[in-house]
Formats: sequence, C-alpha cells, structure tokens
Amino acid sequence: MSQTGHKIQSKNVDVFYGDNKALSNINLNIIPNTVTALIGPSGCGKSTFLRLLNRMNDYIDSFSMNGQVTMDGQDIYGPKVQVEELRTNIGMVFQKPNPFPKSIFENVAYGLKIQGVKDKKFIANRVETALKQSALWDEVKDDLKKPALSLSGGQQQRLCIARALAVDPKVILMDEPTSALDPISTAKIEELIFELKQKYTIVIVTHNMQQAGRVSDYTAFFYMGELIEFDETTNIFTHPKEERTQNYITGRFG
Amino acid sequence: MSKGKINRIKDKAFGILGLVATLSGLIILAFFIGQILYEGLSRLDLDFMKDLPSRKPEKAGIFTAWVGTLWVLVMTTLFAFPLGVSAGIYLEEYAKKGKFSDLLEINISNLAGVPSIIYGLLGLEIFGRVMNLGNSLLAGSFTLALLILPIIIVATREAVRAVPNTLRMASYGLGASKWQTIWNQILPASMGGIFTGVILAISRAVGETAPLIVVGALAYVPFAPSGPMDEFTVLPIQIFNWISRPQHGFAVNAAAAIIILLGITFIMNGIAVYLRNRWQKKINW
Repeated sequence: MSQTGHKIQSKNVDVFYGDNKALSNINLNIIPNTVTALIGPSGCGKSTFLRLLNRMNDYIDSFSMNGQVTMDGQDIYGPKVQVEELRTNIGMVFQKPNPFPKSIFENVAYGLKIQGVKDKKFIANRVETALKQSALWDEVKDDLKKPALSLSGGQQQRLCIARALAVDPKVILMDEPTSALDPISTAKIEELIFELKQKYTIVIVTHNMQQAGRVSDYTAFFYMGELIEFDETTNIFTHPKEERTQNYITGRFG
Repeated sequence: MSKGKINRIKDKAFGILGLVATLSGLIILAFFIGQILYEGLSRLDLDFMKDLPSRKPEKAGIFTAWVGTLWVLVMTTLFAFPLGVSAGIYLEEYAKKGKFSDLLEINISNLAGVPSIIYGLLGLEIFGRVMNLGNSLLAGSFTLALLILPIIIVATREAVRAVPNTLRMASYGLGASKWQTIWNQILPASMGGIFTGVILAISRAVGETAPLIVVGALAYVPFAPSGPMDEFTVLPIQIFNWISRPQHGFAVNAAAAIIILLGITFIMNGIAVYLRNRWQKKINW
C-alpha cells in the first residue's frame, strides 16, 4: 500500500442520538482507491460512522454531532454543502437489497433522471456501463424491462451497486452488503469490490471477519463507540497492537 | 361433565352465536335491498332519470338530483383530494415527530368522528355566510370536502407509512431530494392505499344528507345546476323529501332513487376494492 493522501477524513468526531453518545472522538482517514473495512460488534458505531460519510444520519431526528468530516478537503457538513450533490459523489449500498419496484433499467437510470438528465442515449450507455461494472449485464441484458424485484437476492444487490455506480460517484459506502446473501452471491460481490477499487474508494461495514480479511486493504476496529485500532488489514489480522482487537478478530468476544 | 367437554360446548356455542350475529346483519340488509328493488325497480326507466321534479309522482324524476350529486361528487373530490393527500404527506414525511405532531394526529382522528351535522353548521357559517356563497354547489362541496378531509388524511398517512423505509433511503442515497423521493417512490408505492381511502371517503360524502340540508341544499330545484354557484339538490335529499310525502307514488319514486344511489355507492366501493387488489399485486416487498 503505497498510496497517500486522504479521500475522506474525520477529525475529532462525536455523534449523539439524543443524550446517547454513539461515537466518541473518531479520527480516521480513508485513502483513495482502497477498500476500508469497518468491523466491530453490533452497536459499536461502525454503521453510524458509515452513514455519517454521506449524511444519512440526518434523517434521524435525535442525531447531532461534533467535529469535522471532510471529503477532498471540503467539510461535508458545511453550510454550503448540497446534500443531494454530496450523495452523487458518495454512493451507498445497503444491508438488504432494496431495488425500487420498477424495471431493471429504471432502477439504474433513477439517479441520472433525478439529476434532470434527459439524453436517452447517454442514460442507456450509462446503464449498460454500470451493469457491466457490477457484473450483471450478461444476466439481464435481454430483459432490462423486467421488474427488478423478480431478480434473485444476489442479483438485486448487484443491481443496487449498479444503481449507485450509474451516477459516477467517487466513493461507495457499503453497509453489510452481503449479510442477506448466500455464499455464492457473496463471493460475486466480493470479487466485484476488488474490481471496483481500481476506480472507486470503498468503505464497507462487515460482520464477517473473513470478508474483511479478503476484500479490504485497511481495517478499522470499532468498539463501544470508539475507534480502537486502524491499520492495514494484514497488520490488524496478523499482529494487532490492541488486545481488544486481537480478542475480537479471534472470536473471543463480539 | 369433564372440563374438556364443557370447553367444547362453549366453543360450539360461540360458533353459533357468531353465525347468528353475522347472518342477522346480512339478512336485514338483504331484506331491505329486496324490498327496495321490489318497489322501485319497475319505476326505473330513462324518463325517471331525465324528468324534472313534479308534484305528481308518476311525472317526477331525479334529473336534478343525480346531476347535483355528480356535481357535488366531482367538486368535493377536487377540493378534498389535493388538500387531504398533501396534508397526509406533510404530516408523515416533513413534520418533525414530537408533541405537536402527536396533538395534530389525535385531533385529526377526532375530527373524523365529529357528527356530520356539525360540519353542516360550520359550512353554513363559514362558506354560506362569511364567504357569502349562500346555498350554492360550492358551499355544499366545500362543506363535504371538510367532512371527508380527516378520513383522507388518515388514509394517506397510513398508506405512506406502509412504504418501507429502505425505499426512502435508497432514493436519498442516490441524491434524490425529499420531494423527488416522494414523487418518484413514495407516491407510486402508496397510491393504491391513498385511492382506496379517497374513494371510500367520497362514497361517504355522496350519501351525506344532514350537512347539506343545513347548508341549504333544496329538495325542490326546478333546473339542474349548470355552474358551481347554482342552487342544487342531491339524491339523498330528494329521497328524504319524497319519503316524507303522503302519496304512495312518491314512496315508489324514493325506492327507485335509492337503487340509483346504492348503485353509485356500490360502484365506487367496487373501484376501491379493485384498486387495492391491483396495487397490492403490483408491489411485493
């Protein structure tokens, strides 16, 4: 890992849900064109941290935060930031595949259409590219008009990835993207993540230690709202500096 | 007797009681509809639909009444649909959850239970007198719109709430604004429920008599209304008026008019059921 520079940087970030402190003093740098895995037991704040990066926590009424999160040096919680624009730069894939109840094509084209893109040829090209990038094209190219909900779970999740790619983001956030999928679909998604990091910066939350080991370059271990350790994945898994990290990845708790 | 045996007897007894309860409702309704059909069916013909009111029962028709009902139906929908659906969406998607929204929610549910004559009095004062609309179609439709507004709001909220949150998040996550998410995802997904609620509300409005009497809908209107400021009557008022006359001929007329009114209500409820089933089939989470 020789890349330098930060794509996303969080400085002294605290997050509260009401009076409940969910994250405490998080300092974490996400490096471009890498996969960063966020691991830790349930309730440790890793998903909260992920949603912080594209401001999805804004929809929780009791949410509040201190500190700063920047992307390419720009404060993403700054007063001039257009949340909608931010999210076209930072795409998201969710835990459960959640395609829209529309056709496959419409799903992938949605992000462009809401941006007001009218050029049908441009949209069709983008849809094709995105579906190819997400390794779904060969399976669906003949029935793009079919409802997305008729696809299998694994296909749906790859469709959701294609949907996120179609708006040409820089960063992709994945919140346990394979937790609802079978092993074969999971392997496909993991392969895909490996491909995608050539072009994108990926942050993935996972409960699956092996998955973190397989797909990520960097791993951040969260515990009880704190960032315990952040390092290259090989270091985290071979000689972690913290005993709690060691205990968690060897399955002694969590 | 053993305990098991007693329980089995209780079981059976309740089964019979339930059957009787169900049947008694149905039988009364069937008897009522049968009698109406028996009395009124022979009176139903094209002339009855085309004739104006008259003092002679055999010459009287329901033209002014059904045209009035149609006007009221369309205008009430025009006012109540956008207002009610917007309010429902606002309360569900925009309003912050808190004490204030709880208070609003309780009051809207309460409003749905206010007797319709109260709405009539409100309409008479606000629309009839303050806004000076008199006993026009406009005043009547405003009043009925007010009456069914709470029902539409509650139905809309329920339909919108039933849309899974993952769909909202998916849309927001792609950079959609709140309105784009509502327009492109939430409304299409909840339209079945919203339409069902609206149609049921309107079919209730079509059968309302009391508030319109208070507002000043007349039983005798010589001509069918041709604009929103005209005086009007509706089928329930015409029926009410005929039934209170001594001549038997008017009772027959009333029965025939009831068949038409029932027909309108059945058709509307049928559409509501159809829409609900169609949308349910279309969207499977």
